[in-house]
Amino acid sequence: MGTLVEEIFSRKLGRPVRAGEIVMVDVDYIMSHDNTTPLAIKAFRQIGKPIHDKERIVLFFDHAYPAPNIAAAENHRMILDFVREQGLPHFHREGVCHQVMIEEGYVRPGAIIIGGDSHSNTYGALGAFGAGLGSTEIGVAWVTGKCWFRIPESIRVELRGETQPGVSAKDVMLHIAGLLGMDGATYKSVEFAGEYIRGLSVDERIIFPNMSTEVGAKCGLIEADEVTTAYLENEAGLQGPFACLKPLDAQYERVIEVDVSQLGPAVACHPRVENVKPIEEVEGLEIHEVYIGTCTNARYGDIETAANILRGKRVHAYTRVIVTPASERIYQRALRAGLIETLMDAGCVVTQPGCGACIGRHGGILAAGERALTTMNRNFIGRMGSPEAEIYLASPATAAVSALTGRITDPRKA
Amino acid sequence: MGKVWKFGDNLNTDEIIPGRYNITIDPQELAAHVFCEIKPEFTQGTQSGDVVVGGQNFGCGSSREHAPIAIKGAGIRCVIAASYARIFFRNAINIGLPILECPQAAAEIREGDEVQVNLSSGVITDITTGRSYQAQPLPDFVLKIAEAGGIVAFLQEHDIDELMTAAGGAV
Ligand code: SF4
Repeated sequence: MGTLVEEIFSRKLGRPVRAGEIVMVDVDYIMSHDNTTPLAIKAFRQIGKPIHDKERIVLFFDHAYPAPNIAAAENHRMILDFVREQGLPHFHREGVCHQVMIEEGYVRPGAIIIGGDSHSNTYGALGAFGAGLGSTEIGVAWVTGKCWFRIPESIRVELRGETQPGVSAKDVMLHIAGLLGMDGATYKSVEFAGEYIRGLSVDERIIFPNMSTEVGAKCGLIEADEVTTAYLENEAGLQGPFACLKPLDAQYERVIEVDVSQLGPAVACHPRVENVKPIEEVEGLEIHEVYIGTCTNARYGDIETAANILRGKRVHAYTRVIVTPASERIYQRALRAGLIETLMDAGCVVTQPGCGACIGRHGGILAAGERALTTMNRNFIGRMGSPEAEIYLASPATAAVSALTGRITDPRKA
Repeated sequence: MGKVWKFGDNLNTDEIIPGRYNITIDPQELAAHVFCEIKPEFTQGTQSGDVVVGGQNFGCGSSREHAPIAIKGAGIRCVIAASYARIFFRNAINIGLPILECPQAAAEIREGDEVQVNLSSGVITDITTGRSYQAQPLPDFVLKIAEAGGIVAFLQEHDIDELMTAAGGAV
């Protein structure tokens, strides 16, 4: 009995646990990537003990891959040497870590997964507990297979209604980020629920737990249901039975209700994710780069949305438009469907899968004075390059429509 | 017994240790710059055993482990605050900096007061004012990590299961 996060931990520990308790649990997977693995290796070497279970370690090259400079190349070389030295079986380079974790079937409902990345919350889209941790703890978990947690209190976000044309799951999540604010859920679990969530595909659901990080949450969760299990069987190659846990007589710290039919397209303005405005207020603002990518919004449906808007047209002459599919699987599917050709014909640069321009290392770095409109989850100062550049966050449809005009444009007017 | 250094709400990790000093993880080097922008007198004036008192959401901002390392490196025995930001809370425990949560103590204790803290019982006594407060006592496993000097040091000497027993549970 309890909230979804209490249910997940109670099942794992075989006894009822409540918010506020500190527990030690076996973790199902320990994820880290080319940015966070080096310090984990350092902690691991300091501890000086063997790896507990190699099967549970998943490593990625995605943040700066293929290497854009010598330092990144040497970093990859060092990690790869470690992978070989330890004989680690799960090493990936097929796209953004969180997307590939889900596609490759590492994420099961009820699982407890830790990641050396703040958006490890993403796994909550499939009813798993995912939380981001510092690198030292990743190294500790390699040795112990375990991690301690304080069970968080929960906020429930009930979403009802249907979105209007031109309004997507990203717009809804941006609205919630504006409502809660950047520390509105600090240390909490945020449960996204209601008929609206149940009606979404897994690909769309991912946006909510993914961006729960932006409101300070420890984890973001969605109950696993038939949509989840169908996805796991058909897309992630997993077999049931699945632990589709549900909250039961739960105590919430706060319940927020939103009727999504009332919402229009939204934009999070530089440099705070909570700085969310209806698109009408920022329409016409000149943009120099459109970036469609990241673990938030670069799945097949997002690329399809963009391609449908750009088909047979040309992007604005002075706006560079970059599309970075979240994974190779998505890239190939888009390729087979002719979407990549459509995007390239329209003047987009389509890059290799990965984090791409998201952290300002490669693939679309911004110059001082430039403004980007992107499908990312964060718009911190300097995130995509120059600290004097501006980052605005929006849905794939808003990004694609704006690519045509070179200005922030309302997708409902396209 | 230690002297109190008092800070306000939403103290972020950049105020604890500005990003430009994060090139090292050496506790002493970090301690030389801890709070340098918001309380420059801190590094010169602290003595081993002093206590930091903060408000709500202590340690918010980036996930840098440097922040608690810098505070601990300065000889601070423990932090008392009304509440903590999520990753700071974890990082502090893992690097062996004891942290107590007690909104009343955080509100009433003043800069410069002498306080006595019993980490295992959670009792905080302000010797200057004569008032006592009860914080949530630290779980045994947190005390064990703190005694060892952090989770990495703990694991060099012990098995993780020794913490598990302390955490009171089966897996
Ligand atoms: S795409 Fe961006 S937000 Fe997502 S994991 Fe990569 S760097 Fe982080």
